[in-house]
Amino acid sequence: MNFLRSGWATLQKDMRIEWRGRARAQGALCFATLVLLLFSFAAGPDAVTLGRHAPGYVWLAILLTSTLSLSESMRVEMDDRALEGLRLLPVDMRGFFLGKLVSNALFLCCIALILFPMSFALFEVKPTLGFARLAGVVLSGSMAISAPGTIYATMATQLKARDILFPMLLFPVLVPALVASVKATSLVLFGDPMHEFGGWMSVLVIFAFVYSILGIVLFERIVEE
Amino acid sequence: MSIQAHHLARRYGRHWALRGISLTIQRGESVFLRGANGAGKTTLLRVLSTALQPSQGTLCLFGLDAQTHYHEIRQRLALITHHTHLYEALTAHENLVLLKNYGLILSTQELQSALARVNLKKHAHRPVSEFSAGMRRRLGLARMLLQKPELVLLDEPFGQLDVDGVQLQEEIITDFKQRGVTIIMSTHDHDRGYALCDRELWLDGGILRGATP
Repeated sequence: MNFLRSGWATLQKDMRIEWRGRARAQGALCFATLVLLLFSFAAGPDAVTLGRHAPGYVWLAILLTSTLSLSESMRVEMDDRALEGLRLLPVDMRGFFLGKLVSNALFLCCIALILFPMSFALFEVKPTLGFARLAGVVLSGSMAISAPGTIYATMATQLKARDILFPMLLFPVLVPALVASVKATSLVLFGDPMHEFGGWMSVLVIFAFVYSILGIVLFERIVEE
Repeated sequence: MSIQAHHLARRYGRHWALRGISLTIQRGESVFLRGANGAGKTTLLRVLSTALQPSQGTLCLFGLDAQTHYHEIRQRLALITHHTHLYEALTAHENLVLLKNYGLILSTQELQSALARVNLKKHAHRPVSEFSAGMRRRLGLARMLLQKPELVLLDEPFGQLDVDGVQLQEEIITDFKQRGVTIIMSTHDHDRGYALCDRELWLDGGILRGATP
């Protein structure tokens, strides 16, 4: 009960803080858009090449933006030692992690919600398997980035060189999630004649699930240490 | 007995902020913790609050081992430091409602009266980011009142407060004493420390040099 209540309270709190600091969210969105545009400039004007690599560009833009949003999400907790205040209440840190994970994933979903329509316009692609499957990939991919992201962002906030160390810790871990997200998105956009979509989605969901459970189990120890 | 510590030590990297701290504090006692800057007062208070784990030694609070029973212990104490544990983007009222959302049993009336007690009722719906340092300290006090602690750890409680705020803080400490709350207070204001507390502990270079009954 405490676990769910802590999770819900954290989600509500984070949503409210995010809404109040809309400028930060807008900044992250601008960054994501710029990254997407830069990738397309770097790839050149060939529409076929751009279209083929569109899923990779979008997911790399989401991944790079996630380093900003995840760091920011934990910075709020470290300002004025707010997280220490919650620990001393005491708040169930497993629930806190779950709430944080969901709020971070929702933020990435919002970024994806803007980036995907942009990519459809820029790269002249559309989801041939339908929007519902694309939404499934976005949701699973966001959870898969946020679960280890929330763990490592928390660990990194306690380090001096956190801005450098956080992406260095996170990116290698996220390789399977990134590959699965890009592959699943490619299948949604360009068709799935070999019926591979389910396999890649399973990789994404299992990855997100495993790291969510790891976070729930380890988060208290991470913040206590 | 509220606190029983044996050979507590805390290290930051190679630096030992606390060494060999052994102390016993009875329930309802009020203790003035004094020492120069860097003596380890804040570290000791944070260790006693279970916010920081000791590098060595054992700590029992309310008869419970702090290493294994910190959840139960934390329900019974409050820590006030230079950091007020508030979310800047939230209003004063929302910061207090957060305690309720996280499971503290509070009525709306208790919440309102805590805000009124620290004279922040008319600022209840302003974000904390617009508050002065003194107003934040007052809100921290309201938060502490709502926690209804049995043990209060105060680190420089009079810092950043105006004359009214200092008086309010004194009233709250006196009120806690009358209700049998155990108090440990570190302050450079020695006159207030001696006036409000029953005995003193003197920290020097992370070592407990003396204690007066």
